[in-house]
Parts: sequence; structure tokens; C-alpha cells
Amino acid sequence: MACRICGLTLPDGGEIGRFVGRTARLMVGVPDYDTYVAHRRDRHPEEPVMDRAAFFRDAQDRRYGGGTKGVFRCC
Amino acid sequence: MSAEVVRDRSPLGWPVWVGVAALGAVSLAVVALKRGETINALWLVTAAVAVHLIAFRFYATFVADRVLGVDPARVTPAHRHNDGLDYVPTDKWVLFGHHFAAIAGAGPLVGPVLAAQMGYLPGTLWLLAGVVFAGAVQDFVVLFASTRRDGRSLGDMIKTELGPIPGVVASFGILMIMIILLAVLALIVVKALAGSPWGTFTVFATIPIAILMGIWGRFVRPGRIGEMSAIGIVLLVASIVFGRDVAHSPMLAPLFTYKGEALALILIGYGFVASVLPVWLLLAPRDYLSTFLKIGTIVGLALGIVWVRPELQMPAITRFVDGTGPVFSGNLFPFLFITIACGAISGFHSLISSGTTPKMVENEGQLRLIGYGAMLMESFVGVMAMVAASVLDPGVYFAMNTAPAILGTTVQSAAAAIANWGFVVSPDMLADMARQVGETTILSRAGGAPTLAVGMAQILSSAIGGQAMMAFWYHFAILFEALFILTTVDAGTRVARFMIQDLVGTAFPAFKQTKSWGANLVATAVAVAAWGWFLYQGVVDPLGGINTLWPLFGIANQMLAAIALAFCTVVLFKMKRQRHAWVTIVPLVWLVVCTLTAGWQKLFDERPAVGFLAQADRFARAAAEGKLLAPAKSAEQMAQVVLNNRIDAGLTALFMVVVIAMLGFGLRAIVKAAAADGITTKEVGDGVPDLRSHAA
Repeated sequence: MACRICGLTLPDGGEIGRFVGRTARLMVGVPDYDTYVAHRRDRHPEEPVMDRAAFFRDAQDRRYGGGTKGVFRCC
Repeated sequence: MSAEVVRDRSPLGWPVWVGVAALGAVSLAVVALKRGETINALWLVTAAVAVHLIAFRFYATFVADRVLGVDPARVTPAHRHNDGLDYVPTDKWVLFGHHFAAIAGAGPLVGPVLAAQMGYLPGTLWLLAGVVFAGAVQDFVVLFASTRRDGRSLGDMIKTELGPIPGVVASFGILMIMIILLAVLALIVVKALAGSPWGTFTVFATIPIAILMGIWGRFVRPGRIGEMSAIGIVLLVASIVFGRDVAHSPMLAPLFTYKGEALALILIGYGFVASVLPVWLLLAPRDYLSTFLKIGTIVGLALGIVWVRPELQMPAITRFVDGTGPVFSGNLFPFLFITIACGAISGFHSLISSGTTPKMVENEGQLRLIGYGAMLMESFVGVMAMVAASVLDPGVYFAMNTAPAILGTTVQSAAAAIANWGFVVSPDMLADMARQVGETTILSRAGGAPTLAVGMAQILSSAIGGQAMMAFWYHFAILFEALFILTTVDAGTRVARFMIQDLVGTAFPAFKQTKSWGANLVATAVAVAAWGWFLYQGVVDPLGGINTLWPLFGIANQMLAAIALAFCTVVLFKMKRQRHAWVTIVPLVWLVVCTLTAGWQKLFDERPAVGFLAQADRFARAAAEGKLLAPAKSAEQMAQVVLNNRIDAGLTALFMVVVIAMLGFGLRAIVKAAAADGITTKEVGDGVPDLRSHAA
């Protein structure tokens, strides 16, 4: 939608919502599912694709699951 | 090559920047020069924003183009290894949010609150100068280096660029620093909850709430983070509201009223159990809650300050710049810098900047926004914490942050002690404040969190709800801090456990089996015992614990930053860009001078409040004469204080040795790189194939 005063194209509500959603999910370590699916279709078309639930579990396990690089913040 | 591509960076013309500079200069002048009357917090905020904008536009651009030579044409790991999971080219603003959420923790909120004892001016100046020339530079350069090395970790990069031994020394240093960090963070929670049934109830309530969220997100509606977080936040707010009834109920209140010692033991047990549970059950959901609550609170506090425009009650500079202050001991140099730590420069960010972020960078041209920019935001959080502490009446501030040994335990004795320092506060005022925030007392609630909570409650209740909501906002702030500290304790214990398994595993390979329950439990127990020991000694410490442990944490954190900056300097020399290496050398030299001076004073200063060995001697001498010094109540406790201080001294010496060793390794690498004919850096990637022949 274009702004009537300045003519700039502003993002609509849906776009802003998707942006906030993606940012919030990545803040807690869950990447974008649609990007993942698009990537698998593009590059590995004959391999299986995780469903949403499995994708979420996988993201959780990789973020907190182990190794010396877990989520750890102080400041 | 890169200079051309980055020219489009500033959409604003020169007149706008001249305006920003003028506004910044005027605000800074008001902040620095106005004496004898209070100033509005907006001056502080405006000065900070102007300084941040100018630093981002000019200095960060200089670092990007001239010093590092970022190359937007070069393929980043996110593209090269794109797997849709870890390596994903990500929108720069989404990644900025991710990176900021990862670096922001309790540190920048607590440090400035403690530093306010010297007045708001010295701390604010360091928050601004430090971030521009040290903190943001460190984050940016490490992020850059890691992006050019497939997103490898700091420890890994040190290993390949400096050698295997420096790699091990750095890893060991990181483990020690983590232990101290976990102890001091846990101590902040203990200090905030001791004798507060309202606070304790709400913090305990987060456990079932998180478990409910975890089950929801795992089985009921898998992956619905928004839903589970909304449920969690509603229940949290309900628990804060219900907490008031718990505190007033003669039956329930005693169930949630604990002394510091008991809370420490509860927390140690909790840390053990929480870190062996499956991550989806407790750790992950609570991390979601604390992340969203943290971002929301930061935004809310910023809006609150702008809306309420409070006056700063704390003087610009107090008499405690001479080092006699009750909140932390020691002179302005070096201890103010050690105390503020995270909001100006935090060594921990070098671990985050070489973690998940570099794997998602779309384009090297965005590193400046993400690396440098996110750290500027962190410094802004520090400035807001300084504002929150400074809107309190100084008398209230000192009553909250001084050990009972100095204040006594009644509002009358506290008011008298504070009057001796020249701050006027009536006993009624202290009692009133405690009643307003729904507590029995606010005396000696050291640790920064309660002070910040009262300051935030004052600001937020002026915006929403008035005095009736003050207690709600106070407990909201306590809960929000406790929540992400507990998340850190849980996650940090896990990380420490893996580090211990890694370290011990080099000698006994069986110990590395992270699937073996025996090895896991033993390593977890070792990790918990290590931080638990420092936590407990903090609770029984004669100076109140925070006074002892926070500088130790600050020294450790700043030393990690020194290690990171030494690595950055080596990289610049290896890239044959040493003409601009002063950009990392200047903050490096400052940090080394600052931390080694602080370490030396913590070891050998004659004032028992500052020097660990002097304190140990004082207690040892008294014990030899058969006397008891507060807070020890028996000969065993006297001996314990002596031992604790000697161990603190040993740890300080160890930190100093680690940083001096790393400096030595760095210097050796720099001499070698300077003598080499070509570029010797060990970057990976296809952008610069000609570099690889030199590296071999």
C-alpha cells in the first residue's frame, strides 16, 4: 500500500506481522519453517521434509541439546 | 573495492548529522556540567542516542571500510552452507533482533545500578565511551572474523590463528569465568528473594508454568511458540497478582519465606535437577518467556522514561568516587569500569558473536548493523538502568545497597547511618517505600535487581496505575530479572557440564560420553558444586557477597574481552591491515591496564574491603585472639571466611595469569605475522582464493 502523502510504499499489516513473528521465533532459536521447506524443495527435492512439529523439536534440540555452545547469556 | 559498495549507507544528509551532533553536545553538556539541582532523565537519554547514532554512522563505517575491509560481494557462510536450519541467509533486521536477544542479559541492568553509587555521571560517560571504542568494536570484529571462518567459535579461531595451547588456555579461562558468573547471578536472585514471600512465590510459580508451556508446545499444539508464550505470560501476571495474597496470608506466607542460606541451597538443588531434565520440559519454555519478557520490558522502560520524563535525584558525582562507597569497594579507577562491565564492553559477546549469528549473515555489508549496532542497543539498556537507579532518592538507594553490618537492621539505624554520609532520608520514608512495594523491608537488598525494580516501579507506576500499581510493578521487575537469571543458571550449568566432560575427557575418554548417565551426573554435580560453593560463600560474606563477587565477575568478564581483542589484533596483523590495528589495540591496552590493576588491588590492597588477602588476615588475626567478627558467629565460620578470601585471591591470580599468558601468545603471533611477507590469516571461503596460497 502506498502512502498518500509521501508516495512511499509502506508494508501492510500482514507483512509487519510476519516480520515480527519471524523475528520473535528466531530470537528463541527457531528458524523460519517456510524458508526451510523452500530450501529442501529447491536443493534436495527427493529427500523427505520435516513437518512443522518435527522441525520445532529439531530446532529445540539443536539450540539446547548439548555441546559447549548451548544458549548462554549474561550480558 | 568495498568503499564503493558502502557509499549508499547514509540516507541522511550532512545537515541532519550536524543537527544530531549539536543536540548530542548540548545534552552532554547539561549532563556533565549542571550542578546543584536535579536534571531531567531525558537529557541523559538524548545524549546517549546522539552519541550512538554518530558512532554508528561515522566510526563504525570507518571500522567496516578502512579497518576490516568488509566486502559485500563476498559469499557468506549462510549462502555457502545453506541448509535451511543453522546456515540460513536471514533478513538483517530479523538477525539484528536475534543477535540483540542473545547478547542482552542481566549484566547491563545490574552493573550501572551498582555504579550509580559514584553518581550518574562517571558511569554514563563510560557506558558511552566504552561502547563506542571498545564494546561495539569487539563484537563487530569478532563477528566479522567468525563470518569469514564459516561461523566458527572464538575458542576454535584462537586455536587455528594462535595455536593449540592458547586455545586450551582460553577454553579453561572461559570455564572459570562461567562458574563465577553463575554464582554471582544466582546470588542476585537470592538477595532479591530473601525474606520476600511475594517474590519467592512468583519465582517458584514459574516452574509449573514453564512445564505446562513445555507440554503444550511438545504434545498439545507442537511448535506454537506464540500460543504457549501467551499462556505463560497470562499465568505469570496472575501469579504476581496472587502473590500479594500469599504474602498477606498467615498460612501461606511462611511457606515462601526463606533466609538467604536456605534459598542458596534450594537454588543449588534446583540447578542440578533443572539441568538434567529434558530441555523441552523446563529450559526451553522458560527461555521463551524470559526472552519475550526481556524485550518487552526493555521497550516498556524506554517508553516509560520518555513518557514520564523523571528527574534524576542522584547527584552527578557523589563523595564515593574516593573508594569508600558501601555498594562496591575501591576507587573509581579501576573499579567503576570493572563494575559496569557488560553495558560498555562484555567479553561474553565474543562467544555470541562467534556462535549462531555469523551463520545467518546474508551479506558482509550488514555486519556493521548487527555487530556494532546491537551492542549500541545494549549500552542504551545500560543507560536506562542508570536512569532507573538515579531516579530513586539517594537515601533510599544507599539503604537498599548497604550491608546490614553498616546499616543495622532498623529503619532508624539505617537513616542515621546514611545521614552520616550526607544524604537525608527519614526512617518513615524507608518504611513507606517498603510498604509501597509490598515488602516488609527494603534495607540491605544488595545485588542491583531490587534497586532497579524500585526504580522501574517508580517510573512505570507514574505511567500506568499510579501508586496502587507500584507493588505490582516492583514484583514484575523482580520476576523478570529472576526469570532470565534462572534460565542462565540452567543453561550455563549444562554448558559447564559439557566443558568439564570435554576437559576431563582428554585424560579419560570414557568421560566424554554425553549419552552416559554416570558421566553426565558426575559432571553436572561438579559444575553445580563449583558455582554453588561461590554462591553460598557470597550469602555468608561479611561484606554482603555482591561486594565481593561482582568485582570478581567483572574482572573475569573484562579479561575475556581482553582475550577476544588480542585475537582481533592478531587477525588484523595477519591480514596485513596493521596500519589500523590501533582500533583494537587501544581498547585492549585499556582493558589490560584496568583489569590487571583491579586484580592487583583485589589481591594486595591493604583495605580489607578491597583486598582479599587483607580481609583474610583481618579474620585470621581476630580468630587467633579468640575474637569473633560479624557476621561470623563461631570459630568455624571465622575460619571459613579466611579460607573463602584466600580462594578468591587464588582465583583472581589465576585470571591474571590467563590474561598475561594470552597476551604473550598474541604478541608472539603478531611478531610472526608482521615478519611474514604476505597475508597469513586462515580465512575460509571462495571470496579470496589468492589468500589460501599464503596461508599454507
